[in-house]
Amino acid sequence: MVLEAADRAAVRALWLKLGSNVGVYTTEALERTFQAFPSTKTYFLHLDLSPGSAQVTEHGQKVADALTLAVDHLDDLPSALSALRELHAHKLRVDPVKFKLLVHCLLVTLARHYPGDFSPSLQASLDKFLSHVISALAPNCH
Amino acid sequence: MGHLTAEEKSAITALWAKVNVEEIGGEALGRLLVVYPWTQRFFEHFGDLSTADAVMKNASVKSHGKKVLASFSEGLKHLDNLKGTFAELSELHCDKLHVDPENFRLLGNVLVVVLARHFGKEFTPELQTAFQKLVADVANALAHKYH
Repeated sequence: MVLEAADRAAVRALWLKLGSNVGVYTTEALERTFQAFPSTKTYFLHLDLSPGSAQVTEHGQKVADALTLAVDHLDDLPSALSALRELHAHKLRVDPVKFKLLVHCLLVTLARHYPGDFSPSLQASLDKFLSHVISALAPNCH
Repeated sequence: MGHLTAEEKSAITALWAKVNVEEIGGEALGRLLVVYPWTQRFFEHFGDLSTADAVMKNASVKSHGKKVLASFSEGLKHLDNLKGTFAELSELHCDKLHVDPENFRLLGNVLVVVLARHFGKEFTPELQTAFQKLVADVANALAHKYH
């Protein structure tokens, strides 16, 4: 499962634009996920999830770093994300459906911060890229 | 999905007063067809849907998007009885249109993204939470009469 050239170009261009702010947006996406989809909080009993929590910001940065890693390895996501797959699928045992909720909240976040850039085709490219990331984190992905 | 609180209902109504139903409806339906291309299966008679640009400019898409969101707007006046309000539409989508209810959930989420894009700063996590409950409730109401 490989992302088409046009989608890759769109995602890379966006990532360049986001620069060092990826963590800001992934943190906001996490906060929105916890608020709009409270069942996701069941995976974070060890974190302080109150608004503005430093632990959520820290986790947001981890998610940002992982997505940036993914953007840099669009040719082989399963390989690049193998350690994260091991962690999420086998150790944390996260129901893969939950990743879709975070992805949705990330799209909401990016749409509100970059309304002019967030064209239908960018939304499509991002959705495909993030679906590939989710697949690469799934337990049955080799 | 949680029940809508009184504050959430007020917040939804307040934002909705600023929504241009024609514009937002057209954009939401267009984006659904672009981002989830299999949904085009219900709209083969709409003409050119070959590129993102063609979809977003398509007159049938805009017109149908407006219709869908106008219906959604009607629902907002009856938040305590969505199942009753959408009963006939539910039967229509099942018996005549044969639409998989999963598509209502997809459209609901696309609508949330479009609202976020248009309302930016105003579209707080609290407001998003209210809208997520709403779109889930509307999707369930539309699926309710399926058999």
